Amino acid sequence: MAHRTRERPRGPVAWAVLGVSVVTVAALLLLPLVVVFVEAFREGPARWVSAVSSPDTVSALKLTGLVLALVVPFHLVFGVAAAWLLTRYDFPGKGIVLTLVDLPFAVSPVVSGLLFVLLFGARGFFGPWLIDHGIRIVYAVPGIVLATLFVTLPFVTRELVPLLDAQGREEEEAAASLGAGAMHILFRVTLPRIKWGVLYGGVLCAARAAGEFGAVSVVSGQLRGETVTLPLHVEVRYDEYAFVDAFAVATLLAFSGLATLGFKAWLEERARRAMRTTGESG
Amino acid sequence: MTLRGTRLGAIVGTLLAVVATACSGGGPSGPPPVELLHVSYDATRELFEEVNPRFAAQWARDHGGQSVQVRMSHGGSGRQARSVVDGLEADVVSLGLAFDVDALARQRQLLPASWAERLPNASAPWTSTIVFVVRRGNPKGLRDWPDLVRGDVQVITANPKTSGGARWAYLAAYGFATRHGHAGRRGDEAGTEFVRALFQRVPVLDSGARGSSTTFTRNRLGDVLLTWENEARLLLAANPDDGLEIVMPSESILAEPPVSVVDHSVERHQTRQAAEAYARFLWTPEVQEIAARRFFRPRDPEVLARHAADFPVLTLFTLAETFGSWDDVHRTHFADGALFDRLQRQREAE
Repeated sequence: MAHRTRERPRGPVAWAVLGVSVVTVAALLLLPLVVVFVEAFREGPARWVSAVSSPDTVSALKLTGLVLALVVPFHLVFGVAAAWLLTRYDFPGKGIVLTLVDLPFAVSPVVSGLLFVLLFGARGFFGPWLIDHGIRIVYAVPGIVLATLFVTLPFVTRELVPLLDAQGREEEEAAASLGAGAMHILFRVTLPRIKWGVLYGGVLCAARAAGEFGAVSVVSGQLRGETVTLPLHVEVRYDEYAFVDAFAVATLLAFSGLATLGFKAWLEERARRAMRTTGESG
Repeated sequence: MTLRGTRLGAIVGTLLAVVATACSGGGPSGPPPVELLHVSYDATRELFEEVNPRFAAQWARDHGGQSVQVRMSHGGSGRQARSVVDGLEADVVSLGLAFDVDALARQRQLLPASWAERLPNASAPWTSTIVFVVRRGNPKGLRDWPDLVRGDVQVITANPKTSGGARWAYLAAYGFATRHGHAGRRGDEAGTEFVRALFQRVPVLDSGARGSSTTFTRNRLGDVLLTWENEARLLLAANPDDGLEIVMPSESILAEPPVSVVDHSVERHQTRQAAEAYARFLWTPEVQEIAARRFFRPRDPEVLARHAADFPVLTLFTLAETFGSWDDVHRTHFADGALFDRLQRQREAE
């Protein structure tokens, strides 16, 4: 199995470095996870079930599901298109676009949320016109979707740009010279080679969309059972001194996080294998 | 053939009936349902969860079975006011202090500046005050305001710039010092010196009252928590094993959290009648009783008399008699660069 033999740590320095890493991981990652589960099941599994099946939790779950169902497909399409554009064409201002794609990573989520309030709020840029026409963006579901779209914008594009760059244009040019149309090239040549990257970006995007708190909190308006997503619902229950409920809902997010990690590991393994086969055949 | 024809007829008939019911909103031929959005602050979550169904029942009785649904939004008082100004279309607001309702009139004319005069008691259906919560057996012996700035006492309260409750706590402390003097000083000098000494002892400033309660109980930080009387009682009930105790200082401030209909929204939604009925409903003996059981001091003298044991008598001074108007208070204490900011900067410099 092992192609390379790895050495065991030798000497006090190596052991010390290893010890510090293990303690850090345990304290910062594992311990909080354990605490979440211990607190959630403090009063038994029946209590946990009643907490996660309460009407407010169910409506939060539905809302987070709706946000995911809108945001992830959008970003899969947008990310592929953007990455394709950025790696296959040269145009003035390309550097600026590449930087702008990263903008949501650079600004604090709370600022992103405020940005939407400034644009679509009643005193905002477009707000008064929209409200006069009966269109609600902030303090309603569209605002939550928009804010989530914004903070998850970079994931798929960022994942695909280096992949497409590394692959180069040769195979696509060959297909074009054989008379394939653009759509045909995209679906038969380009996409099959980056599909693991697309999925990987999609998984990261979904994880962030499900867990986003800051930006969504600003545009939500906290309407019970209407604009409260799962992470916001954790805060609501915590503030209501319903600690067991808060941690029970948090376990749902923890489960989805763990599932994401598992799926991500599986994807990486698949991608590595795919790379090896193309490497051998090429 | 005829059989099939009848069955088809029956199916179509049923479908039509289903569609008709769906279009009429599912209920029997009653008036269309009313929806109200009530934007409130943190401390009233449990209270309105109990009040809203009572209002719906009352409204249905008075209006031929019409159903009314009250949607709730809770958060820090100042932040909730800001959301309403930015477009959260509340039909009714109930906030921690009148200043936050004033903001709706000042910043966007969502209601008239004279909103407080439209309901009894300056539009505050109940009152509360600021009390101390201490640990089991009151180990530091904290009895009154001067004890808080003694020795190594650590004080937990929220940030008065963002939290309504913390604003009342700050004003209670300042008011007590101006009334009784502090460290050989009198009047505003005493007040300033006292809140300076007090906030030097605050290790964390949470943004809301609920946040500071959690800091005190779950994170076990500090010797004394300054909070709303009703929050203190709720905190004791939520943590029965901690042995927390409430200490009533000799004097505190009369906190009057007001309620108002938001004219701009009720006109758009055509909900004025229901919204006004809802606001007035808070003064009925029924709701006053619920409020008293949730540890808000009721305005109704009979209800108050029934719950006298729950509400110890202490001297309560009003904002108006000690500080003047909310605008004055804001300018002097909480505006950017005003006294509270200066004290915080001084503290950082030390």
